[in-house]
Amino acid sequence: MEILLAIAIMALGAIVLGAALGFASIKFKVEGDPLVEKIEAILPQTQCGQCGYPGCKPYAEAIANGEEINKCPPGGSEGVQRLADLLGREVKPLDAEEKPKAVALIDENTCIGCTLCIQACPVDAIVGAAKQMHTIVAALCTGCELCLPPCPVECISMETIGENIDNWKWKYPVVEIRPELRQAAASQEAA
Amino acid sequence: MLMNLFKFKGGVKPPTNKTQSVGLPIAQAPLPSSLIVPLHQSIGGTPRPVVQAGDKVLKGQLIGEADGWISAAVHAPTSGTVRAVAMHVQPHPSGLDALCVVIEPDGRDEWIDRQPLDYSALSPEEVRERLQQAGVVGLGGAVFPTHGKLTASKTVPMDELVINGAECEPFITCDDLLMRERAEEVVRGVGIFRDLLQPKKVLIGIEDNKPEAAAAMRAAVQAVGETFEVIQVPTLYPAGGAKQLIRVLTGKEVPASKRSTDLGVQCFNVATAYTAWRAVAHGEPVVSRLVTLSGNVQAPRNYEVLIGTPMGELLQLAQPQPDTDGIIMGGPMMGFLVPDANAPVVKATNCLIAHSAQLFPPKAPEMPCIRCGSCAQACPHELQPFEMYWFSRAKNFGKTQEYHIFDCIECGCCSFVCPSRIPLVSYFRFAKSEIWAREREKKAADTAKERFEFKQLREEREKAEKAEKLAKAAAAQAAKKAAEAAAAAAAENAPPADAPAPTTEQTVPVDAGMDAKKAAIEAAMARAKAQRAAAQPRNTELQDAAMQQEVAEIEARRAAAHLTDTEATTPAPAKEKTE
Ligand code: SF4
Ligand code: SF4
Ligand code: SF4
Ligand code: SF4
Repeated sequence: MEILLAIAIMALGAIVLGAALGFASIKFKVEGDPLVEKIEAILPQTQCGQCGYPGCKPYAEAIANGEEINKCPPGGSEGVQRLADLLGREVKPLDAEEKPKAVALIDENTCIGCTLCIQACPVDAIVGAAKQMHTIVAALCTGCELCLPPCPVECISMETIGENIDNWKWKYPVVEIRPELRQAAASQEAA
Repeated sequence: MLMNLFKFKGGVKPPTNKTQSVGLPIAQAPLPSSLIVPLHQSIGGTPRPVVQAGDKVLKGQLIGEADGWISAAVHAPTSGTVRAVAMHVQPHPSGLDALCVVIEPDGRDEWIDRQPLDYSALSPEEVRERLQQAGVVGLGGAVFPTHGKLTASKTVPMDELVINGAECEPFITCDDLLMRERAEEVVRGVGIFRDLLQPKKVLIGIEDNKPEAAAAMRAAVQAVGETFEVIQVPTLYPAGGAKQLIRVLTGKEVPASKRSTDLGVQCFNVATAYTAWRAVAHGEPVVSRLVTLSGNVQAPRNYEVLIGTPMGELLQLAQPQPDTDGIIMGGPMMGFLVPDANAPVVKATNCLIAHSAQLFPPKAPEMPCIRCGSCAQACPHELQPFEMYWFSRAKNFGKTQEYHIFDCIECGCCSFVCPSRIPLVSYFRFAKSEIWAREREKKAADTAKERFEFKQLREEREKAEKAEKLAKAAAAQAAKKAAEAAAAAAAENAPPADAPAPTTEQTVPVDAGMDAKKAAIEAAMARAKAQRAAAQPRNTELQDAAMQQEVAEIEARRAAAHLTDTEATTPAPAKEKTE
């Protein structure tokens, strides 16, 4: 008898809690996939397709479905590290060589105004019209290199963005080990 | 004058080393062999160069035009020839290059036509514009364009205007000498700021180790007839930090996230006030500034130096000792070792210190943090440097921001007191620049994402529009044909019944919907036939015998021509000619 009562109580509890959970899953349903959004926030949005997917969002979706995290060259090893942190996966070396950040530059004397590069640019960073010289708005260019292959006269080249006063960063402080410093330390300790 | 002063937490008392350079009055530095004037000398947009190599310029002539509102113009410091507009090493810890105008002086130091303005007749907007055109920027070191700080907040009334003459950093004495020798012009400059901001009070703060400067300023305030208060504040580094001085004089604390005008207070350096007055009342743009030469030198002194003077050349005036191995720009607490002695003096250069290993012995190696808390006690911003250090070191930048790393003014008090000799400020600078870089990347990524998504949207929309257009065109064509067919059918029905064709056509329009094209063609043919049929019998009753003969002749000729036409096309013209 008692055992039946216990089973009944447990069953009732299961039904009530199950109903509550079911209700909550409908009531508090999250639109979209939050994990995909988080992954996408880490991807560099270069939209270059080097990962084998047509853009960063598809790759983010693929990662959420178990794809490797080391396929985005523009994100670099830092990107892999951050994805690994987010997803709790193992850090892997990048599946390609890391390149310094660059922007495309059109040789304006050679450009024939074919508009092919405009169609290729995923972020509309190229300005021009048919039979007119084209140019690239460097501030908008993500350096995806997608405009290079369509150009029939090969007048687009990639220019690496070097260090300048505006993007220069203070370096990580390193401890210098020099004999005179040791001596200074020793004399200080002696004093 | 008694006034209740507030205190800021922390602070340190490093040896001031100021007496060396105050013994002699300000001297004019001689013209250097060449002047290298960087275009970007203030916070904000980089001015655009308006001269080219080979141009002759006069002293005070515009060479860089302000780019945007937060940007300040740049001028030629002397008369001469522009040698180049080129990249040149900058007085910046990175040792990188930036765009400079290189001028070879002609030795005449000839001014442009300076136009003093009647200050009382100018509107506030005109004064601000004048200051921007004259390149007036904060000369305390922050080089923020002054005109950008001269608009009072609309919601908060302006209570205090703080004028910073504290000059707390060791070795530096240029503001001290400026107040001693040119107090009246400083006071008049402060008057301009007062008129623009309309504060209730004007407080001039001077550290109490500069009694001569304070006395000179008091006398000048009286002489000009103003009501500014000159207040001596206790000597404690960093009392000359804008936020610290505001705190000491008004009790207000300005967090990093707010502008001081939001709290009803604004702060300017005394040298800025001086240049503002020169710009407005004398029409002189900022082409020179006072620079203290001190440190490991035989003849420390303050000089009036043209902007663009190479630092190495300038330091020779003070006769550096033979063991000098570098130049520090700024003071020993917040300054940095200039990576290249060819770097020019800029508007932010208040002091050059000859560096030697004896004067600044190398620090012993850094030891682990023992969590003594000395740094937190010394920090004037009540931050926790050891926590920020820990997270900066671990590159956990989110945490450093939780500990308010952006409130850190990099004053160096924490590094100064740390018993483990940890270069705390270096870690904070590293963390800050990493955070800024990430912020920039994030912004660029967001823009790229937005533009990519927009492009996709646009392409889809264009595709949809194209498809729609095609569908519409097809529909329009079909509709037109159907209408034509219907019209043809109607035309067939309408004409008089004497035409023989309609009887045969009548059945076709029934299935027009099925084969509109065929129907249309047939309708058109039928129409033509009907027209011909209708046209033929006209006017026949009017013909007389002569006309009929003529017609017959023409008909015969036509028949002949028609005959030749059917035989061959080419000989036809010849035959016709012979006829
Ligand atoms: S490789 Fe990286 S940047 Fe390029 S599309 Fe893929 S995720 Fe985006
Ligand atoms: S300009 Fe070329 S490299 Fe730059 S974003 Fe467009 S397609 Fe990519
Ligand atoms: S003063 Fe130096 S040792 Fe002491 S808590 Fe701060 S960082 Fe650590
Ligand atoms: S450098 Fe920053 S953390 Fe260190 S004492 Fe100064 S304000 Fe505080």
